[in-house]
Amino acid sequence: MTVLTLRGVTAGYGDDAPILHDVSLDLQPGEVVAIIGPNGAGKSTAMKAVFGLLHLHGGQVWLGDEEITGEPPERVVARGVCFVPQTENVFPNLTVQENLEMGAYILTGPLDDRLDHVYGLFPPLLEKRNQAAGTLSGGQRQMVALGRALMLDPKVLMLDEPTAGLSPAYAQQIFELIGRINGAGTPIMMVEQNARQALSVAHRGYVLVDGRNRHQGTGADLIADPEVARMFLGG
Amino acid sequence: MGDLLIFVNFYLLPGLVLGSIYALGAIGVSLVFGILRFAHFAHGDMMTLGAYLALTVVAVTGANPMLALPLAMIGTAIIALGIDRWFYKPFHDKSTIVLVIASFGIALMLRSLIRVIWGVEIESYSVGISRPLVFFDSLRIAERHIWIIGSTVVLMLIVHWLLTRTRTGKAMRAVSDSPELARLTGIPTERVIKATWMLGAALAAAAGVFVGWDTQLQTTMGWNLLLPIFASAILGGIGRPYGAMAGGMVIGLAEELSTYPWIGTEPLLSPGYKTGIAFAIMVVMLIWRPAGLLRGRVY
Ligand SMILES: Nc1ncnc2c1ncn2[C@@H]1O[C@H](COP(=O)(O)OP(=O)(O)O)[C@@H](O)[C@H]1O
Ligand SMILES: [Mg+2]
Repeated sequence: MTVLTLRGVTAGYGDDAPILHDVSLDLQPGEVVAIIGPNGAGKSTAMKAVFGLLHLHGGQVWLGDEEITGEPPERVVARGVCFVPQTENVFPNLTVQENLEMGAYILTGPLDDRLDHVYGLFPPLLEKRNQAAGTLSGGQRQMVALGRALMLDPKVLMLDEPTAGLSPAYAQQIFELIGRINGAGTPIMMVEQNARQALSVAHRGYVLVDGRNRHQGTGADLIADPEVARMFLGG
Repeated sequence: MGDLLIFVNFYLLPGLVLGSIYALGAIGVSLVFGILRFAHFAHGDMMTLGAYLALTVVAVTGANPMLALPLAMIGTAIIALGIDRWFYKPFHDKSTIVLVIASFGIALMLRSLIRVIWGVEIESYSVGISRPLVFFDSLRIAERHIWIIGSTVVLMLIVHWLLTRTRTGKAMRAVSDSPELARLTGIPTERVIKATWMLGAALAAAAGVFVGWDTQLQTTMGWNLLLPIFASAILGGIGRPYGAMAGGMVIGLAEELSTYPWIGTEPLLSPGYKTGIAFAIMVVMLIWRPAGLLRGRVY
């Protein structure tokens, strides 16, 4: 059964004109799906549509066989969908550890096991755990943001440009981590600027242009598509 | 009496008492601004409400204001929850100016209600004059000043503990840092807002009780303190509770110490201008460093 489905979503911010027009995306069990497209295409907006943060003019969002269209974010998170936004994805005045704890806000018991798990994935965070997240480097901040989303052991992980602004070495680490998390069974939907690398780790990809679906296919198919190559892969 | 003792008895201690009152009020203003993003103009009247609730407890039981303090804090917190539920919550998704105006309305309603219930006469907690405690022959400290400063220190430690050690307190800081990320992280914002009102109102009530205890109770007492309290919150960096604590202390001390004869034998500033200090500090901060000394938020 499909894990996550956007079906014909038309949505925008507040009373403004819609940004997304009849967008359909889906995520199958065990998959990594990459969403690529030019700046301003509506990729981030499509992710926010899952969390009830937009004004939906039409369409539906399903999690498995349950419709979650328009549900508030706290409910969607409680269902196991965790999201790392593109910008402002850490709480700068909270310490690294407090950021992680907030990721598991809805759990009431002790968090030691979850914290150990996340520090295991990101060893550099352990020694910085009492430092304010706003003082970290871009790469470490991205680790905090990812770690925060992994505190709940999510059923679905959604990442908006997890490697934006990172050095190639850091980006490589993040891609490896995405592979590992997915290898452990978590389906991942991610937006990436780094289209070639994203499509090579993804099982499938979508190309959004001007708030509409333009292309879709397996990662390999999209890389091989001449129009996609010309537009996003640097020829 | 030595010069130092005069300084301590008549300038430093009153400055610390005033600073405590401003700090307790400013923490709430700062928290509400950080989390709900609006300037809460009814905060002063919540202080007045706390002071009058304590007056009733003192009148009925004959107890010391210190014993009435917890009841006044709890009562004011509950009333603040009601105000949020029925008057502010319906506007949570509106522009913040709507909330600011609503809070003006609440300020007027609270003050009128207090006048209807308790009357317009000036009231006080105690009958007669209590003798100050005397230390080292001439250091005279009024017992109530010890209680006010001591309780403020305890309350600030509790606020610190809440904000850094409890799940809800950390969530309050998270919402203050980034409301959208907080929601996307699964933090129940409505619950955090309720906690903010309870904490802010309880501290406002404490400030009100201390004003009433130190001077007297008047229905305009809280409203009149709004300016220095906002100045304290701005000085500390709006949205930053620790900045508000420091800002309150600085402004309280500045107001009292400004009348000390620092140069020559005349007061540096005529006591009549004392209340202008907060206004001056606020204007200078807004021009020179609107984010506050601790770099709060600017909108
Ligand atoms: N919070 C917002 N409010 C209003 N418009 C927005 C907001 N965020 C993005 N937009 C607009 O939505 C469009 C798509 O933006 P976005 O989804 O961020 O694109 P992408 O992630 O593909 O670069 C842009 O025109 C942008 O200006
Ligand atoms: Mg984007």
